[in-house]
Amino acid sequence: MEHTSLLERILRGIALTLVVIFFMFPIVWIFMMSFQTNETILRIPPQLVFKPTLANYTALITGKLTTAAGTLDIAFMRNLWNSVFLSVTSVAVALLLGVPAAYAFARHKFRGSEDIAFTLLSFRFAPALLVLLPLTLYFQKLGLANTYIGLIWVYQLICLPLILWIVRGYFEDIPADIEYAYRIAGHSWFATFRKIALPLAGPGIAAAGLLAFIFAWNNFVFALVLASADKQPVTVGALAFITSSGIQYGQISAAIVLSITPTLALALYAQRYLVEGLSLGAVKG
Amino acid sequence: MTAATMQRRRPSGFRISKKVLPYVLSLPALLVCIGILIPFFTSVVYSFQRYRLSQPWARQFNWGDNYISFFTDPKFWNTLEISLLYAGITVLLELLLGLGIAMLLQKRSTLNNFISIMLLMPLMTAPALAALMWKLMTNPGFGVLSYLASLIGLQDFRWASSPSTALFTVVLVDIWVYTPFIMILLLAGLRSLPTQPFEAAALDGVPRSFVFFRITLPMLTPYILTATLFRLLDSIQQFDIIYAMTQGGPGDTLTVFQVEAYLNFFQSTNVGRSAALMIILWAITYFLSNIFIKNWLRLRERARGQA
Repeated sequence: MEHTSLLERILRGIALTLVVIFFMFPIVWIFMMSFQTNETILRIPPQLVFKPTLANYTALITGKLTTAAGTLDIAFMRNLWNSVFLSVTSVAVALLLGVPAAYAFARHKFRGSEDIAFTLLSFRFAPALLVLLPLTLYFQKLGLANTYIGLIWVYQLICLPLILWIVRGYFEDIPADIEYAYRIAGHSWFATFRKIALPLAGPGIAAAGLLAFIFAWNNFVFALVLASADKQPVTVGALAFITSSGIQYGQISAAIVLSITPTLALALYAQRYLVEGLSLGAVKG
Repeated sequence: MTAATMQRRRPSGFRISKKVLPYVLSLPALLVCIGILIPFFTSVVYSFQRYRLSQPWARQFNWGDNYISFFTDPKFWNTLEISLLYAGITVLLELLLGLGIAMLLQKRSTLNNFISIMLLMPLMTAPALAALMWKLMTNPGFGVLSYLASLIGLQDFRWASSPSTALFTVVLVDIWVYTPFIMILLLAGLRSLPTQPFEAAALDGVPRSFVFFRITLPMLTPYILTATLFRLLDSIQQFDIIYAMTQGGPGDTLTVFQVEAYLNFFQSTNVGRSAALMIILWAITYFLSNIFIKNWLRLRERARGQA
């Protein structure tokens, strides 16, 4: 076995502690800020001990912000709902379109299949604005500007390649012989797909769906360019919120906490599949 | 069992010929994407036009003028320089940090696994929101980081609002978000390496630096290349962090390609210049992604082989 000296273990411990502090501190700090009033936030030096308040969250959830100057409306819950709706629907559409295509690419090497698969993959790497800027002009002509349908369509740019490439890998892992055996027993290709391929690739499909959800949720630029206030998800909404509410830092922090919690929770839940998903199936975790 | 006998036993009724089936299955996904390909070609056309949204009547083909004018345009060279600088610095630092952290966490233990999962949290935070978090922390009035900076003697450290430190600040946010990406890929790579060479080296009493440079690094190279190219492709297109943090400012300190194209389109409504910028960025990413895909395929085959 490898021998490590005491000094080395201490150095490793210090290094790891610094790493954990650097990467965890911002999340912990914003979380703490979200339970503070503006007065405690503005105090210098920053307070580590304070009386926690839920006022920021209630203001966000009720949508009413009471200040000395009067009551302000906050549309943040609307943004949160938009995020949920856009991400869920986009992933559902992407699964519906992507899973059969992934199956076709995995099982049938047809003419041009690799070219098509790589074209789809290349969408993942093309600059988003290259497509988005002309698309704004088209969407205005087509009446798709600032509609959920238009946004969900564009969100396929993130969701489809991801699902296609991850799920394809899972289908390829299923031995083709199992499917042949089932076919020989007299079942149609569709029954084979539904009863054999889909259940066996099930965990992979679920993981791809979760990842696609996270990426859709975290997307910023699509909605920034294509949606106005009432259709914007949290990523864009929170930015607008900062300028509109000016100095309500507690509420901004609470809004950030509410916006990042879903993806963090899902990531922890799906962490086993993250490595594979992030590398588009190239590295197994 | 031959294919012929399988064909014979296929049940009658609803059936799609074997040749057509894959096209039927992949067609819907393709149709959706074709809608997205059209704007790409539109961009190419726009980039050869004099086209301002504010002067639609003056729209005409000027062929290469948008591109030619870049040569003498200091704003373009600034964009190119800052984009390459940003991508270069972030990827290099993230690679070094990510590799270091991955090696610290290499040994499988409950604590190490727990830490590696915790470190994924910044990566799962939306980059735009991460920028907002750092904006709150670097606020000159109450930001905790501004306070900490003043403790170590940086009384008036302006973070993203000063031209001299704006790049540093956005790079810091990028490192916070994306180092875990490289870390998690390299950690998976490190843990999948065969153990025999390391055991042999330990038996022979080979120095650790030698093991690192002659065994670990070469065996890890495909993982490092894939992670690096992946990050380079994303980083040269960075928009979310920079836009959410400074909107390309102060001045034009941080007008990287996508931010500059966005501002050109929506503020100066210069569609032609904006499209030409995006085409140049696309050419860069196309070149990088071709190298990437080759590496990525090799790794993918290896991963499938191990499955």
